[in-house]
Amino acid sequence: MDQQQFQKIIDEKNPKVPYFMNILKAFIVGGIICTIGQLITFFYMRFFPFTEGTASNPTVATLVFIAMLLTGTGLYKKIAQFGGAGSAVPVTGFGNAVISAAIEHKSEGYVLGVGGNMFKLAGSVILFGVLSAFVVALIKTILVNIGVVSW
Amino acid sequence: MISSLVTAFIVGGLICVIGQIFMDVFKLTPAHTLSTLVVLGSILDGFGLYEPLIDFAGAGATVPITSFGNSLTHGALAEAEKHGLIGVLTGMFEVTSSGISAAILFGVIGAFIFQKRKTTY
Amino acid sequence: MVNTFGTLQFTSKICIATTGTVVGPVEKDSPFADSFDEVLSLETEKDETNEQAHSRMIEQACHWAAKKNHTQVDKVDVLIGGDLINQLSPTNFAARSLALPFLGVFSACASSMESVILGCLLLESGNAKTVLAGASSHHQAVERQFRYPLQYGTQKPKTSQWTVTGAGFSLLEKDIKNAPVVTHATIGKVVDSYQTNPLHMGAAMASAARDTIERHLTNTNSKMTDFDVIMTGDLGNIGISILKEMFQDENTGVILQDAGAQFYGNDKFFNAGASGAGCSATVFFGQIYEQLKKGFLKRVLLVATGALLSPLTFQQGETIPCIAHAIECRMEKRS
Repeated sequence: MDQQQFQKIIDEKNPKVPYFMNILKAFIVGGIICTIGQLITFFYMRFFPFTEGTASNPTVATLVFIAMLLTGTGLYKKIAQFGGAGSAVPVTGFGNAVISAAIEHKSEGYVLGVGGNMFKLAGSVILFGVLSAFVVALIKTILVNIGVVSW
Repeated sequence: MISSLVTAFIVGGLICVIGQIFMDVFKLTPAHTLSTLVVLGSILDGFGLYEPLIDFAGAGATVPITSFGNSLTHGALAEAEKHGLIGVLTGMFEVTSSGISAAILFGVIGAFIFQKRKTTY
Repeated sequence: MVNTFGTLQFTSKICIATTGTVVGPVEKDSPFADSFDEVLSLETEKDETNEQAHSRMIEQACHWAAKKNHTQVDKVDVLIGGDLINQLSPTNFAARSLALPFLGVFSACASSMESVILGCLLLESGNAKTVLAGASSHHQAVERQFRYPLQYGTQKPKTSQWTVTGAGFSLLEKDIKNAPVVTHATIGKVVDSYQTNPLHMGAAMASAARDTIERHLTNTNSKMTDFDVIMTGDLGNIGISILKEMFQDENTGVILQDAGAQFYGNDKFFNAGASGAGCSATVFFGQIYEQLKKGFLKRVLLVATGALLSPLTFQQGETIPCIAHAIECRMEKRS
């Protein structure tokens, strides 16, 4: 049996990815997490001296705190199996990545284990965030300085 | 207030849908997907489009990971506007992303409190 | 012809005298549960690391096998074992406690049969009288090494498999009454079918299984229908359907089966089924061994399949080469 025939069998037997259902579930779970975030924002604006603009910081921190509780108790995994990107894309997903790695590597101690492995999954997000911020800001600044665009 | 909740739901949901499409259709890993979305958020702020999105959708735009890219770029651009090219570097490192700090802090607290679970299923 | 191209014939009566199987709590709902000697209530005890729990499980399985044969564990000549963890640490540490002459082997999830093949060679040549051979895996330890931290939230596809927490060891001796005899074995070849998805190992391993089965049948001049069961280790339910399709010209019927596909029954939570070095070990040395002893099965081919990838090879964009080792067991009429 040659490679082509073999690949044909594999492709035939591959279970179909439920694209529509996955997208729907991601939409719902992601939407719910963002709605909860909006409620938390209102809470901070009402009871603390935050404005619409500055309330996003404590909101994000609060959501990561909630992610910690859900991750440690094993619930985040279940939400993620259902929601897919709906749970990975919000900042709670970032929190889950860092926190789950931290909990997992406790057996190697806090310095080498937790400290050394915490960013195993989330490190690339930080890297590319900083890198793209630098490149975009650099390009825009140069373009402004030569008069092509304005701030 | 209800309309803010609805727009947050819809916009947040749609950004997650983009992520799901990256994962299912383009077969990207979660790390690749999130990195791409962060870069997207950064580019949108370069064009001045992310802040209006935040005004429109509130948490629907600040909660997804795209807002990391936005806030880092925004800080860099704000400093660059004031101090020129050097501001690109100083502005970026001035902005502390509360998401990253919170994740680090709660990560170590979580490691401290939670025992490694018996496998749940 | 036997004793060519990796197919071995054993002429001395090498028997699987007894076996020892220990599994974790998730495995207690398996249809094979009654055949396991011990089901642990926790995967990892309070102050243990995953790897320490894994070692403990290996020792317990070895003790069970020895006890059932009324042998002292320290009277065994050689211990042969393997697992999936880096540098075989859990098996090494278990071998330290058991204090036996030790050969550690690695062929991923095919390690169980690789161990038995080496054990049979030692016995056949008269270089040992009693050998403990087997393999093991631990779900949490494997997830952390190969995939993600246990609590990390990802959406697992339907092709993914669940690593079994289990250790299975066999005690091999010659000339035992009423015990299954290992008559032949086929050493696997590394076969690469250019699959790159580590979440769909069944597709990657099917070709290796096919190569080993075909070579075994050709070299021993047999057909599939000469066997009661030909069971692969952990192709999973999609992998086994791929394998059956590859043999579509043969009348495979119910002969071709997969331990991993059946391990967790019909529970969709486990997607394509079970995997891990412990999967083939616990099922072959549990359920299949029992059925052989009782005479329900008379001639079987046990094909453990392994995917030889590492987290590094995946990141480097390599394909997944695989291997499958097989032993043929026969049960003569009870005397």
